Amino acid sequence: MSMPKALKRFLQPALIILLGLLGLYSVTVVYAAGENLLAGMMLVTLAVFVWLYTSPKTYAYRYLFPGIGAALIFVVFPMLFTIRIGFTNYSSKNLLTFDRATSYLLEETYRAEGAAYNATLHAEGSQWRFRLEDQDSGAAFVTGPFALGPEKPLTLKAEPSATALPGGEMPLRELIDHQAFLNGITVAMPDGNRVRMTGLREFAASRPQYTRNADGTLTNNQDHSLLRPNFKSGYYETADGDPVTPGFQVDIGWKNYTEIFTDASLREPFGRIFVWTLVFSTLTVVFCTSLGMVLAVLLNWDSLRFKAVYRLLLFLPYAIPSFISILVFKGLFNNNTGEINLVLNGLFGIRPTWFSDPFLARSMLLIVNTWLGFPYMMVVCMGLIKAIPNDLYEASAVAGAGPITNFFRITMPLILKPLTPLLISSFAFNFNNFVLISLLTGGLPDFLNTSVPAGTTDILVSYTYRMAFQDAGQKFGLAAAISAVVFLMVAAISAVQIRATRIAQDEKR
Amino acid sequence: MAIVIDKSQRWRVVLAHLFLILLCALVIFPLLMVVSISFRSGNFATGSLIPKSISLEHWRFALGLPVVNADGRVILPDLPVLRWLWNSIKVATLSAIVAVLLSTTAAYAFARMKFAGKKTALTGLMLMQMFPTVLALVAIHAIFSRLGHVFPALGVDGMWALILAYSGGIALHIWTIKGFYETIPPEIEEAATVDGATPWQAFWRVLLPMALPILMVVFLLAFIGAVNEYPVASVLLHTQDHLTMAVGSKQFLYAQKYLWGDFAAAAILSGLPISVVFILVQRWMISGLTSGANKG
Repeated sequence: MSMPKALKRFLQPALIILLGLLGLYSVTVVYAAGENLLAGMMLVTLAVFVWLYTSPKTYAYRYLFPGIGAALIFVVFPMLFTIRIGFTNYSSKNLLTFDRATSYLLEETYRAEGAAYNATLHAEGSQWRFRLEDQDSGAAFVTGPFALGPEKPLTLKAEPSATALPGGEMPLRELIDHQAFLNGITVAMPDGNRVRMTGLREFAASRPQYTRNADGTLTNNQDHSLLRPNFKSGYYETADGDPVTPGFQVDIGWKNYTEIFTDASLREPFGRIFVWTLVFSTLTVVFCTSLGMVLAVLLNWDSLRFKAVYRLLLFLPYAIPSFISILVFKGLFNNNTGEINLVLNGLFGIRPTWFSDPFLARSMLLIVNTWLGFPYMMVVCMGLIKAIPNDLYEASAVAGAGPITNFFRITMPLILKPLTPLLISSFAFNFNNFVLISLLTGGLPDFLNTSVPAGTTDILVSYTYRMAFQDAGQKFGLAAAISAVVFLMVAAISAVQIRATRIAQDEKR
Repeated sequence: MAIVIDKSQRWRVVLAHLFLILLCALVIFPLLMVVSISFRSGNFATGSLIPKSISLEHWRFALGLPVVNADGRVILPDLPVLRWLWNSIKVATLSAIVAVLLSTTAAYAFARMKFAGKKTALTGLMLMQMFPTVLALVAIHAIFSRLGHVFPALGVDGMWALILAYSGGIALHIWTIKGFYETIPPEIEEAATVDGATPWQAFWRVLLPMALPILMVVFLLAFIGAVNEYPVASVLLHTQDHLTMAVGSKQFLYAQKYLWGDFAAAAILSGLPISVVFILVQRWMISGLTSGANKG
């Protein structure tokens, strides 16, 4: 069944050459599209690939390259890139790169003098034709048929035509859907004029709004004023300094970072959110661990029956996908229709407003997070308790100690040390427990007096998420800067954890 | 160990049972409630735990079947639950395959080969794991939206962007598989090498078949991980029809459109299989649990 030897010998080099060429082609495409950073990264990856798979010295790395490469590109690189974005003004106002912002402006057109046409789009089979009617003379023209597709420039020729087109007209709604494509159409009229879409149902002669000059400035063809790119503000500016949208991304140095710590309207919510993040993750760890530890002790108790049943039931919260259980609690805690308030109302006649009162919202988060997190601690503690030698308990029984004494004098001190690294990693996990906050409260209720929306239940990561992707105008740069600060905090926590792990391992020996 | 069982001991057993039963009730109450709610009629209905009349409207909604309203109007479900579930399964299957492929080979090198920088690479992988992806969301979004300008298939709002983004998170899998390889005596492959096998053949023909169980476990863990992943998916996917279950589910519980009953049915539909699979594979995860893996 084996391949001929000659074929086998050539297969590998041939494959590498083929992949290499394919890679080079993609790099060229990316470079041509103006994404120099991406092209550079791809070229480096490609070079490393070819080197590893041809040099005999690098045999082991051939096995590592795919996995480590993926980890470097999709985990490490985004983290470094986050820090990089923190130094830019990247936001919804300064979304594009300089090149793209420039070409956007160069594509802008204004309506020049000349004939204007009422345009209708008619179906012809699966294709479409434009019918253009001169607004002054009423003379009619039709274009050749064309297919709708993704955005790309297209030039059509128009011929005079006296009869109406038979096909049905495209409704306005669909016209709007295809506007991006239709805007790219230029129609060459029989009189030599070229017209473009100037309204949803109008074609007219149009000219580019700006012309680029050799020194990088843009001349406005309508009023002959000059636009100059300002690489400090990230906008093209008129002579008076008025910015012209769209802006582009520029480096603004440490501005985002200094803003977090000096701008009062940012610093204050940042501080409060930081404190709540600490409180939230500390209390979660304390609650989950105490409950988990007590349960582990109980489930290791010889005189207790049905332990397997209890264990399975109590493990359930860990097995259910968290996005489901969190949303279930969101429904159960609902102020008006939630089942929890129905029960509380029936028993005590109260209906707490879980989602609108900051204190109650925070309590709810802790309750739900304890529900989600205690099984993990329970399983871990059960494993650790099993490792405690039994004669310790025998000795304490002889000395007449009760279970409470056993727990506080033997069990807890003995498992606390190996547990410490896990407690820290659990702390770090909850420090960044974005899923819980985002799905349960979304950070709400909000603080009232902040420039960027910030919630009383927001933790740092959900705060940056909202800043970047939700209500606050996509302040990517600022959000990335805060993320970078959180990176430092996580690094500090990790350093403590590594120390604790080392101590725990040394104890074991 | 002979300990006299006295009266106080009996009381303690009873108390422990009461405590555990109470806690189990607290754990199970929300779950039973969801089952009950999924069979009630209407999205604001309240009632007892065991519904008096069983209505299948929410299950029909979750399965995408038309629902006949109380006033006789036929309503087509507007949230494509099955579509989301299918998207989740697609993304999770493909990214789990990628995870297994990438991590088995890397783990082989770590377990069996000598090379410069091995220790650094292993520590680096562990460190990488400590920094959550949530912090890099802005960058991930920026990277894929720029990638999409050049390769539309890999851009934001596509399945492949998500799969690529997940392919980096394999540090823990590498450690798991490496641990398993190390339990297999290297003499077996050495024997194969003596018989003239190349290292690749020794890996592919000898070691890998023996490691199939752990590869299955890693596949399932990666699968569950991808189904449950929310932050990256919520940033990379926008269009209603492209969402995964984890991102889409949120849309049931908006204040202005509150589909509590429909959510309950959809939650059971998607949550039950995942939970069962998780309980089955968690045995192999315990070692991973105690080495500091948290649920994400």
